[in-house]
Amino acid sequence: MTEAVGQFWADIELIRNILSWGFFLAGGISVVSGAIGIVRFPDFYTRLHAAGVTDTGGAELILIGMLFQAPTWIVAVKILFIGFFLFFTSPVATHAIAHAAWMVGFRPLEGPELRYKEEGE
Amino acid sequence: MGRFIILVLALAGLWLLLSGYFDKALLLGLGAASILVTAWLAARARVMDGDSVPTGLMPGIFLYWIWLAGEIGKANIAVIRQALAVEPKLSPKMFTVPLPPKTSVGQATFANSITLTPGTVSVDLRENEILVHGLTEALCDVPAITDMGERVARCEGGGQ
Repeated sequence: MTEAVGQFWADIELIRNILSWGFFLAGGISVVSGAIGIVRFPDFYTRLHAAGVTDTGGAELILIGMLFQAPTWIVAVKILFIGFFLFFTSPVATHAIAHAAWMVGFRPLEGPELRYKEEGE
Repeated sequence: MGRFIILVLALAGLWLLLSGYFDKALLLGLGAASILVTAWLAARARVMDGDSVPTGLMPGIFLYWIWLAGEIGKANIAVIRQALAVEPKLSPKMFTVPLPPKTSVGQATFANSITLTPGTVSVDLRENEILVHGLTEALCDVPAITDMGERVARCEGGGQ
């Protein structure tokens, strides 16, 4: 009987590890892609979108991966809180810098040719 | 009064879950006292309105967040594709979308949702529209973004 119970918990452990690995890999790919995008995209506003991938996909997926490794439920709850607060604060930060750039008259590249719009267009 | 109770419950939940003490009478008493003082100060300073305790969006907002998580996932994949593509097909532009939510909390939630979905960033909030910067033609989908705003607006009605 105890052997069966031990086997059950070992199986759960294995499933948890597999799930964690999946989420860590997906999150890692998001973070790295975001970094590559920041380097490759042509101007300030397009780079913000690449940073957004790191902010949302990367951070949240890695937190979900950590959630499956949490030793006690109280740690899991704290990880959920971190995700919850990131969910609210990261768009505020992104909006703040985008809005600041727009307000000082910084104009984006536009259209498939990636050029600045002429006055009155 | 309803707001006061919801604030106390939310603070109590936060206190309990962050501290993890459930059977230490002295600490629980001090926690309860600090929560009541906080709520009382918030009421006294008259900041306990629809902006700081946004009960107007509950309970529909919880379902909306789950839907939003799916949208964020889809948009993430679209932007990652562009970032890793050999020749990224970017077509950035500034465009405006209407602003269906009426309350300030709803409008902030909508603008935050636009920013959270990679590929669109809300740049400026105007009288009744939002200026948005989009990354590609496919992501600058005004009807889809307006639909997102209408979902937030529907949450506004639910909790009043």
